[in-house]
Amino acid sequence: MSSSNWTTDFLNQLSTDITVSKIDTASTTLWQIESHAWQQFAELAVQQNLRWAAGWAEQVDNRFFINACFEKQGEYVLLRTIIEGSNPELPSQATVYPAANRSERHTQDMFGIKFIGHPDNRRWTRHQAWIESHYPLRKDYPVQGTPVGVTAPDMHYPFIKSHGAGVYEIPVGPVHAGIIEPGHFRFQAVGELILNLEERLGYVHKGIEKIAEGREPESLARLAGRVSGDTTVGHCWAACMAMEQAAGVIIPPRAALIRGILAERERIANHMGDIGAICNDVAFVFAQMQFTRLRELWLRTNATVFGHRLLMDKIVPGGVACDLSDESGTLIKKDIVELRKELAEVILALDINSSLEDRLYTAGFLSEEIAAAFGTLGYVGRASGQDFDVRRDAPYAPYDQVTVKVALENQGDIASRLWVRYKEIMAALRLVESFIDQLVTGDIRTEWQTPVAGNEGLGIVEGWRGEIISYIRFDADNKIARFYPRDPSQLNWPALEKLVLNNIVPDFPVCNKSLNGSYSGNDL
Amino acid sequence: MLNIVKKILTTGVVTERIKAPNDAELEQLGIEIKSHIDKKFSGSIAIRQVDAGSCNGCELEIHALNNPFYDIERFGVHFVASPRHADVLLVTGPVSRHMQTALLRTYEATPNPKWVVAAGDCAACGGEFGVSYASCGAVSNVIPVDVTIPGCPPTPLALMKGLLGLINAKK
Repeated sequence: MSSSNWTTDFLNQLSTDITVSKIDTASTTLWQIESHAWQQFAELAVQQNLRWAAGWAEQVDNRFFINACFEKQGEYVLLRTIIEGSNPELPSQATVYPAANRSERHTQDMFGIKFIGHPDNRRWTRHQAWIESHYPLRKDYPVQGTPVGVTAPDMHYPFIKSHGAGVYEIPVGPVHAGIIEPGHFRFQAVGELILNLEERLGYVHKGIEKIAEGREPESLARLAGRVSGDTTVGHCWAACMAMEQAAGVIIPPRAALIRGILAERERIANHMGDIGAICNDVAFVFAQMQFTRLRELWLRTNATVFGHRLLMDKIVPGGVACDLSDESGTLIKKDIVELRKELAEVILALDINSSLEDRLYTAGFLSEEIAAAFGTLGYVGRASGQDFDVRRDAPYAPYDQVTVKVALENQGDIASRLWVRYKEIMAALRLVESFIDQLVTGDIRTEWQTPVAGNEGLGIVEGWRGEIISYIRFDADNKIARFYPRDPSQLNWPALEKLVLNNIVPDFPVCNKSLNGSYSGNDL
Repeated sequence: MLNIVKKILTTGVVTERIKAPNDAELEQLGIEIKSHIDKKFSGSIAIRQVDAGSCNGCELEIHALNNPFYDIERFGVHFVASPRHADVLLVTGPVSRHMQTALLRTYEATPNPKWVVAAGDCAACGGEFGVSYASCGAVSNVIPVDVTIPGCPPTPLALMKGLLGLINAKK
């Protein structure tokens, strides 16, 4: 779909005081502009329906590179501006793109770069582990920081307040009642109705971007595989793709097909878990038991064939770490036939169940407009009419050799998000089969070549939660200078604050599960 | 409705027999053979799981303990919603500095006698994340740990053996 040429039209429409320098890179269109035009560019971009996809900064010597990634019709543009380190500030894009809001706050906390006019410049990633005048991602900040014995809780974060008769607050977390990741939710409610929800994340900030610096490719791939444990294949693939671009390494076709099989298996496992969990949150335990059973069988096949239940560390720079024998291919295909049969029976029970219908339809509604404004991704976006999938719209090997069917719903409720997942399972099963059928003989790994210092790469893949963007810049001697992974959760979390409005507090768990954002992938 | 009943009947019972861990396995888990564990907990433990900074990989496998294959509740092991109801804290992840106080408070809120199980490589030794400006590393750097279950993530079987070891550790 990248034959459409919106970029030329777009450049022609930019006012003459914005100078765009086009920089040729192997993979990405890179446009460099002056920092004063940063917001003006965004204003035109939003008019032209460009999607804001990611934003991050990096320090190069005494200057800061600020990047924003935009997408339209499957074509990506990397926008960059360079500002001096002495007084780092530039106009905010969050005024135009709500999606850029938390990202700019993250950059503000980590680099001390000020976004002028930002609608909400409260701290975001920073709690109390470092002080306001310290910026962990600056090069002169030591990786060990200057921690005190016990890091104080973030007591005085200025939450939004509400007043009025009958309005009360419910603080939830960071330690939740279930077996889930930590985060804080601040509800304002009237009776049972949710008036407002404010998320406060950042509790699992582990300094991933900082500890990535100085790693070699294999070690970086291992770290990327732990950005979000449920998306180990997705993040590892995106990071390896970025590193391979930077190094000019082309992976063998067999490795690409095996990567595709791994990614689709990850998608299916997670979707099965989620469908069961959504049903469990409305007390339909039958589905939970059936889907956890099917998921367990699926993970056991992962362990048998690939040696790891969650498929960690199977994607490596240059290819994959394990081959797929003919017998394993046959086993997987046999499994798929069995799973289809089982799903047909279980889904029938879900589909005609009136109590599920009662709880899931119209609950947690996310409109197409809000989904678009926040750049909502994956099954959350696709359940609210956002017809985008990297595998189809900006295909990479092996998806360029197959037809990817993208499931789409437009009711925007929990039921839609459940059915999109189900359709994606069915489509992914077909993809796994066709990748196995297409499996060509050959190597599974290309020899690594040390990239030139300063080389960069942008890996973009469709993880099970949606589009993952991974940025890499190399330093000298094969060492990583900058790693930034943008998990789809970063763009999906704000949608949760909107879709719970006017739902009842007891429905929050099922609303949350229907979105299922990653805390770890968001907090880094 | 008939569909549900039919599916339940045709699925049958898939729960598997799990062998109690032997002495060598217990030693590997770092469980001291103390007869009073069993006395104190009467053969049953209530677990409060705390993610102190994990990547969520360990949580997925802890969840699996409740699937019909492992069904850990049949051994008297159940997960509770509050540390105040718990005998055991099952802690995952390197402890992020932003979670340090929350973990300490959870520990304090758990009544004595209590045991801490550090599950996964990160909890055991800091794993891929180690100690940094943002991470305290191993759980034992923050609260006393009684048992560690290694693995990235530990398989449900490894988790199960670690937890059952805690109950069965008697001579």
